[in-house]
Amino acid sequence: MNIAAYFASLNPLNLIKGIPGSIAQGIVWGLMALGVYITFRLLDIADLTVDGSFTTGGACTAILILAGWPAWAALLAAMVAGLLAGLVTGLLHTRLGIPAILAGILTQFALYSVNLHIMGGFKGAANKSINPDQFHLLITLRSVPQAILAGLLLTAVSVAVLYWYFGTEQGSAIRATGSNPAMSRAQGINIDTMKVLGLAISNAMVALSGGLMAQYQGFSDINMGRGSIVIGLAAVIIGEVLCDAVFRKGASFAVHLIFIVIGGVIYYVVVGVVLWLKLPSNDLKLFTAVVVAVFLAVPYLQARAKSSFKLAGRKGAQRNA
Amino acid sequence: MLDINHVSKTFNPGTINEKRALIGLDLHLKEGDFVTVIGGNGAGKSTMLNAVAGVWPVDEGSVVIDGSDVTALPEYRRAAFIGRVFQDPMMGTAPNMQIEENLALAYRRGHKRGLSWGVTRAERELYRDKLRTLGLGLEGRMSSKVGLLSGGQRQALTLLMAALQKPKLLLLDEHTAALDPATAAKVLELSDRVVAENGLTAMMITHNMKDAISHGNRIIMMNEGKIILDIEGEEKKKLTKADLLQKFAEVAGVQEETDEVLLS
Repeated sequence: MNIAAYFASLNPLNLIKGIPGSIAQGIVWGLMALGVYITFRLLDIADLTVDGSFTTGGACTAILILAGWPAWAALLAAMVAGLLAGLVTGLLHTRLGIPAILAGILTQFALYSVNLHIMGGFKGAANKSINPDQFHLLITLRSVPQAILAGLLLTAVSVAVLYWYFGTEQGSAIRATGSNPAMSRAQGINIDTMKVLGLAISNAMVALSGGLMAQYQGFSDINMGRGSIVIGLAAVIIGEVLCDAVFRKGASFAVHLIFIVIGGVIYYVVVGVVLWLKLPSNDLKLFTAVVVAVFLAVPYLQARAKSSFKLAGRKGAQRNA
Repeated sequence: MLDINHVSKTFNPGTINEKRALIGLDLHLKEGDFVTVIGGNGAGKSTMLNAVAGVWPVDEGSVVIDGSDVTALPEYRRAAFIGRVFQDPMMGTAPNMQIEENLALAYRRGHKRGLSWGVTRAERELYRDKLRTLGLGLEGRMSSKVGLLSGGQRQALTLLMAALQKPKLLLLDEHTAALDPATAAKVLELSDRVVAENGLTAMMITHNMKDAISHGNRIIMMNEGKIILDIEGEEKKKLTKADLLQKFAEVAGVQEETDEVLLS
């Protein structure tokens, strides 16, 4: 393709027009990333339940709104459903001794069927649309500014609640469990209970985000949660890197949480730019996976750059020479 | 205060790695006893402490702390009675949490953890005073992450945490073994102080016979899952390293020349 023609075909106006939508979507996924943060960072568990519980949240919200529930009540119900999904993973892990990562995969796998049931039983409905003209939705892409405002409000509430909860005795016990399980037991903490609690709360957040996404896009879809763990991780990592860059590791917990939502926003703005550049959208997941892999590898590679066998060998050789 | 009644524990039973770690162990501590525990590698010292702490269930026998039978209680529930310091300085504290948060976790040992604030302002003052007694300057950096502290600082903090909520029993599992000699001496002195100030009943495992003799009011020696020597009071005060080696040879029936190997 002729490069000049390619650049000529890019309309900066389209990019600017697209940004608010990316921001709204990013906030919704940022809330999901808060859930991932709870398990991945606070509990030190990579919980793969989320790919299923995100859809569960979307499915519950769509079905209940279709049944005439107000949107906020449907979201609350979705959170309870997510909570239960996390509970199942937690119990599989702590009561049945299944490694956390496998427990999450099992629940996620089972949720595929559960989500189909939620969305219409045996009629095989893999997709439920909720028309924003017919129903009152909290957040919809028909009105992006309003969606951003609602998203920011929910972010503020979520961050406040999580900040409070993880500052309580119980929340501290969850954080201790993730930081040092042996010490936690010695201090009288039932670490199994704390893991189950953490997984449940995390998946409630994820389901909330799924419910918002269903409203935003105007439908729930059986595949809407696919790969959400990776997007969640991307948001967490981008947010943390940015937070450390701005605050030099001195950020409070609440600021940390806010930055994770910002991480989600940045991720979606970048995705918007990538799409605007007319890069093949089929490669988007490959691109995301590479970015997440690189960022996850950074701490390890940094440590290796300071101390490794190769380095030691090179230094030794220099001295001998 | 503590009764270990005929406790047995075998690891990996029925396999080639079968290890009878405790064999019908009996030990009774009075309130205020400070017992030092010595013995060779694999003698069952740590296993005994772990049996008391409830790291795993015992095969036979019972553990009674201050009159209540805790044999059926898991580790986290026994924690209400027990303060512990481990050999590995990294093991006793949560590295990602602040100094004051760690203390607050320990302060709630044995209490229900609800939805009230994790660290209150009044507690902070208490922690500041307690930290000041360590003389490590930690009282000025209570919101620092514990992961930033040195091994000795972390061990001192763990000790403070173990005694913060007065335990019925303090278990010290070679808690100075991983520290440099100067720091080890400081932590040991601090241990003595904590035990004395709070009137704690304590068990301390050590590989250092000199420490075992100079600390506590009672000394026990273990070998092959059993207590082979138990000396207390005046008799212990007069004990020398040579005495210990000789007694070990007598009771265990081991050749003199291997004693050093077994006990050091």
